[in-house]
Amino acid sequence: MPRIAVVVFPGSNCEYDAAGALEQLGASTEFIFHSATSLGEVDGVVLPGGFAHGDYLRPGALARFSPVMDAVSTFAAAGGPVLGICNGFQVLTEAGLLPGALQKNRGLTFLCQPTTLIVSSTHSVLTRAAHVDQELVVPINHFSGAYTCDDDTYASLVAHDQIVLRYRENPNGSRDDIAGVSNEAGNVVGLMPHPERAMSTLLGSADGRVLLEGFVGLGVGAR
Amino acid sequence: MSILSEPLHRALGLTDSELDDIRRVLSREPNPLELALYGVMWSEHCSYKSSRIHLKRLPSHGAHVLVGPGEGAGVIDAGDGIGVAIRIESHNHPSAIEPYQGAATGVGGILRDVFSMGARPLAVMDPLFFGNLDDARNRWLVEGVVSGISGYGNSVGVPTIGGELTFDQCYGANPLVNVLAVGALPTERLALGVASGVGNYAVLLGSSTGRDGIGGVSVLASAGFSGEDGAASIDDAKRPSVQVGDPYEEKRLIEACLELLDRGYVVGIQDLGGAGLVCATSETAAKGRVGMDVDVTAVPQREPNMQPFEIMTSESQERMLAIITPENFEAAKAVCDKWEVRASVVGHVVEPTMMADGTSVAMLRIRRGFDGEVLAEVPASSLADDAPLYDRPRRRPSDLDAIVADDPTHDEPVGDVHADLLSLLVDPAWVYRQYDSQLFLNTVVGPGRDAALLRLAGPGLPASQRGFAVSTDSNPRWCALDPRDGTALTVAEGVANLACVGATAKAVVNCLNFGNPEHPEVMWQLSEAIDGMAAACDALSLPVIGGNVSLYNESGGRDIDPTPVVGSLGVVDSLVSPPPGWNWSDGDALVLVGHREAAGTHPFPLAGSRWATLRGRRGGRLAAFDASRLVSTFRFVTAEVAAICAGQPSDVSAVHDVGAGGLGAALAEMASVTGLGVNVAKLEGHAELFSEFPGRFVIATRDADAFVSRALTAGVPVTLLGTVGGSSVHLGGVVNIDVAEITTRREGALAEALELI
Repeated sequence: MPRIAVVVFPGSNCEYDAAGALEQLGASTEFIFHSATSLGEVDGVVLPGGFAHGDYLRPGALARFSPVMDAVSTFAAAGGPVLGICNGFQVLTEAGLLPGALQKNRGLTFLCQPTTLIVSSTHSVLTRAAHVDQELVVPINHFSGAYTCDDDTYASLVAHDQIVLRYRENPNGSRDDIAGVSNEAGNVVGLMPHPERAMSTLLGSADGRVLLEGFVGLGVGAR
Repeated sequence: MSILSEPLHRALGLTDSELDDIRRVLSREPNPLELALYGVMWSEHCSYKSSRIHLKRLPSHGAHVLVGPGEGAGVIDAGDGIGVAIRIESHNHPSAIEPYQGAATGVGGILRDVFSMGARPLAVMDPLFFGNLDDARNRWLVEGVVSGISGYGNSVGVPTIGGELTFDQCYGANPLVNVLAVGALPTERLALGVASGVGNYAVLLGSSTGRDGIGGVSVLASAGFSGEDGAASIDDAKRPSVQVGDPYEEKRLIEACLELLDRGYVVGIQDLGGAGLVCATSETAAKGRVGMDVDVTAVPQREPNMQPFEIMTSESQERMLAIITPENFEAAKAVCDKWEVRASVVGHVVEPTMMADGTSVAMLRIRRGFDGEVLAEVPASSLADDAPLYDRPRRRPSDLDAIVADDPTHDEPVGDVHADLLSLLVDPAWVYRQYDSQLFLNTVVGPGRDAALLRLAGPGLPASQRGFAVSTDSNPRWCALDPRDGTALTVAEGVANLACVGATAKAVVNCLNFGNPEHPEVMWQLSEAIDGMAAACDALSLPVIGGNVSLYNESGGRDIDPTPVVGSLGVVDSLVSPPPGWNWSDGDALVLVGHREAAGTHPFPLAGSRWATLRGRRGGRLAAFDASRLVSTFRFVTAEVAAICAGQPSDVSAVHDVGAGGLGAALAEMASVTGLGVNVAKLEGHAELFSEFPGRFVIATRDADAFVSRALTAGVPVTLLGTVGGSSVHLGGVVNIDVAEITTRREGALAEALELI
């Protein structure tokens, strides 16, 4: 049974949802408070959505200084799977664990709505159980979700197959419709949509399962 | 007379006779601080002094009611060891001045009411009322209020699952921003706002106390007052009294309070809302029949030189008062430290005071240091419970007969039905897309449908397959014509909306938004509305478990139309599959369930309809409220949908309540969301298309014979309307519109009116 640490910052609010989704897939989860300096013995780390430290200054800008982030960086550098969802993605970019940045949505309003994602790369711990060009209906829920980066970073993302998910219809003004990216090694991934909100047809979509299954190591190699 | 030369009690909003009452309570002259305490606690906002004698007529009992009106929130037993807490409030006037912060702090306040009961807040709904959007200021208000709810609600981590959006000229200078919140708790975690245990601490949790929001009684800080009591300058006193919200503080406060309750560290807990610390301390002491000593110097202050009256009456946001035993205080403090929530002992629970006549009185004492000077000493219950009650004069408006006689049902020309139908269609998605409606993975039916439906689940709750449904409903158009039947019909509309998602209504809460109670016509409207609500709730077996009264809603010298908002809470016993919603399919038969014609004098009354308002007609006679027709229809529709939610096979593919805009709008909405047209053979002209009265549902079925036979067995009348299919909406030779045209108009209407596109 994979053991996943779910990092809780003051102001996080999707920690229960993320943990619940991972447990549905057979993982065991443990909340790690932001003040912790060690993750313990875990097989993966999730930074959930929410408003870490109130999103003050800008999303993720304060969270990168939380004590736990040193342990997350060490874990990532050793090749451990790290997933940032929404605010977690913002934290990972601020912490320098993923390239680029998330800026305010094109329409300058918060957006909570279903989106259709297209899997662009399976070279990541999040998309490894999916197949390229697979379409997945997964909701977004953010104010600052427009992915941006400079041209060199963009060229590098393309060259190393780090763009893992794109929007079919760009909701927020993200560069090249980018919804999620990985690091070069593919073990650190961030995405703005919420796969944990797409775990059941009762709630509208079960398409997030294939992403989280890949993350916890289920169905890998089945593609 | 200038405010400077006014006697202090009047400057504080107290009448001469109220001052006499205070003298009688104290058997002496009150000092200025004591007057300030009475000024806020006996304000209309806190004491309900104009409405309380009428509110007593509402039914509030039921076997499943765990907590009725009078606490932070009402609570029902939803089964499986889970209690559901619900509360509704208004934040109208702050939102009119500063829409973002007014709406944001409205959300914050209602959430504290809910988690003060030990419930985790799971959902928020926002009924909003604005003036017409051809006015730039109204557009600014809409954008500000919506972004305030979005900014606070999303960040604090509670999904906003729906609401209402109403535009009418009567709300021009006085928008209404109502907020409803629902939470759930393991029933054994139920907490009450009661102080007990002599020697226990009253602990202030959360934000420091500032000068923001002083004087919901706006006249509080008069020059005369500061002269008596301290150095507050007139400029300080004129500081804006709209509070500023911090959702991050509130989020940590929620987590800390729920953890304190889970660990059993808390004896009693209450939020600090209107009237701040004086309200929380006097109410908890009065309920517990214990005295309380409050040390104003122990209250963490945001600004220097705050006066005792400012500390006691400040409405600074994100604060709670918890009663904690001295033995548990250190452990409780550690929980608060973890969540970075400030915890300060500001009060001690003390013995009641023995009076000379042998009675014991629970005194609230305000002191400078726990052993220091006593600045104020008043019976706690005199603040909390003993405000004078007023039976203000009531008078039926003299022009009402003429208004009722001016009935568009009889003489309004038909006009362009095609254009009228399109004008009635507004998709509120621009609003609700800005709200996180999905957090906690419970939202089965989100905003923009008949009612919201959520799984009854959340962190710390026992496992359950149940669901809960919520709807907010109002109809100022109806209530202006007949506040009694209009309110009764509004209650029925709420139950109808719950039925569409398979939920059985269990309880309601109300937010009574009315004009100036010193106008006898407004008091008549309020009294009539309460009687109508009582009649409907009795007939539908619904307890009213909480509410809020918002008076003095005036706009340009004119009272708003009476706007009672009803929040309805229902339960679905088994929720494993989504209800059918509006998703009809090609070839489905379309059935109208319920009495096709209205009870009352006319089969298809147009009075009070959106269509009539569109035509500038605001008179006429409403359909009558006839509970005997409604009960069996509601029960039948609820059972049909509940079976689908429980996972049973069904021929029913779509369900929609006929609400605002009438049958025409209901059919157009279903066509718009599916992209599929409909052909309805026979209609009684435009009147049947636009008439509004609850008790009718549009149902699409794959097997009309089977469905009709079930309805007839249940004794519910049905009418075969037509068939689903094609790319246009054909309605009985009255209307023929392309679905694509409907969708474009409906989806773009709001953004266009707001001049965003």
